[in-house]
Amino acid sequence: MSPVTQSELHAYADGQLDEAQRLRIEAHLAQDQRATESVRLWREQNEALRVLYNPVLNEPVPQRLRAARAQRVRWPYYALAAGALAASFGLGWVLRAYQSERVVQLAALPHSAAVAYAVYAPEVRHPVEVGADQQDHLVKWLSKRLGHELKVPLLTQQGFELVGGRLLPGGKGPVAQFMYQDAKGQRITLYVSRRDAEPRDTAFRFSQEDKISVFYWIDGTLGYALSAEMDRARLLIVATAVYRQLNP
Amino acid sequence: MDSAEIAVHIPRLRRYARALAGDSHRADDLVQDTLERALVKFHLWRRGSDMRAWMFAIMHNVFVNQLRQRRETALDEATEAGLESAPRADPLELRDLEAALARLPAEQREVLLLVGLEQLSYAEASQALGIPVGTVMSRLSRARERLRELMSGAAPATNLTLVK
Repeated sequence: MSPVTQSELHAYADGQLDEAQRLRIEAHLAQDQRATESVRLWREQNEALRVLYNPVLNEPVPQRLRAARAQRVRWPYYALAAGALAASFGLGWVLRAYQSERVVQLAALPHSAAVAYAVYAPEVRHPVEVGADQQDHLVKWLSKRLGHELKVPLLTQQGFELVGGRLLPGGKGPVAQFMYQDAKGQRITLYVSRRDAEPRDTAFRFSQEDKISVFYWIDGTLGYALSAEMDRARLLIVATAVYRQLNP
Repeated sequence: MDSAEIAVHIPRLRRYARALAGDSHRADDLVQDTLERALVKFHLWRRGSDMRAWMFAIMHNVFVNQLRQRRETALDEATEAGLESAPRADPLELRDLEAALARLPAEQREVLLLVGLEQLSYAEASQALGIPVGTVMSRLSRARERLRELMSGAAPATNLTLVK
C-alpha cells in the first residue's frame, strides 16, 4: 500500500474522496493515532465554522442586495450585452412589471421555493433544523409558526424518506420547508407558505427554475411547492402522491 | 430564466462574506460589489459552468482589491504616525473562533472557508481563487494548523502588523 499523504487526509476529512480511496485511508487511520486525531480536529473546525455562520443563511436578504440586481443595471448595458443580459435579468424584470400583481404573487411561489431548495438541498450537515426523528415536535412547531395545522406526506412508496424540516422567512411571514431524500441522496423539498389573500384552490402548475423543477398549487390559505433537481415527469409522480395525501 | 439565477446564490455569498470580512456591514458591502460586478460581467459567464464558483471568484477579486486599498490607507497612516508603534498582538484571549479566524492570513482564511464552510471541492476552490490545487492544499493545511494554534492559545506571539 502506498503511503497516505497529508493531502489525502485533508480530502478524507472534507469528504472529497470516492469509496475506494476512503477505504484505503480508513485502513491507514486504524493504525495511525496522530492522523486520526488530525482528521477529527479538522472536521471539528469545519463543523464549528458552520455552526457559527450558518445562521446567516436564514437572515432575510437586506433590501440593498435585492435591489442591487434590479436597479444597478444601467441602460447602456442592455445595448452592450443585449442578448445575455437582457434575456437573463432585464427582460424578466420588465415583463414582471407588466404582469398583474396576482400573477406575480403566484409566480413568486415556485421561485421562492426553488431558491430555498437551491440553498438547503446541497447542505451536507445541516439540511434541516429539526430531524425526522422528532417528527411530532417538527409538525407542531411549524404548524404553530404558520398558524395553520400542517400535514407531512409520507413518500416511502415513492422511495423518499423524510429528513426533517425548517422554518424560513418568507415575504408574507414564516414558511415551512420539509425535506425528503431517497436512497441515492436525491432530495425533494415541500415548501409550504401561508397566503393572506382570499382562500382559493388552483390546479397543479409547473415551473422550471434553472435546473430545479417545481410543481406548485394553492389549497385554501396555503401555497404548496414541491421542488427537486429532477425531470418533470418523475417529480409529477411524487407531486401527485403529495397532493392526494393532503387532499384525501 | 431570470435574475433567480444570481439570486439563489445570495444567502451563501452572504454567509461566506460574513466569515471572510468579520463584520456584517463590511460583508454586505462585499456581497453588493460582487453582485454588481457579476451583473456587468454576466455575458462572460460560460453557460453550463458552475455559477457558484464563478461568483466566488468575483468575490475573491473584490475582496483582494478591498484589502489592497485598506493596506494602502493603513500604510499612509502608519507613515504619518512615524511608524513608531507597530500594533501589538492582543493578549492570548483567542478561544473565540471568530477572533481566531480574523487573525488568519486572508489567503488562508479564504481557502479554509471555501472548503470548510462552503464545501467547495478543491478543484472549485482552485478555480475560484485562481491558484493551483497544490496551493489550495498547502494553504488549507497551514490554515488548519494555525487555527488550531490560535484556538488552543498556543500561538507564538507574533507581532501582527498592518503592513505586510
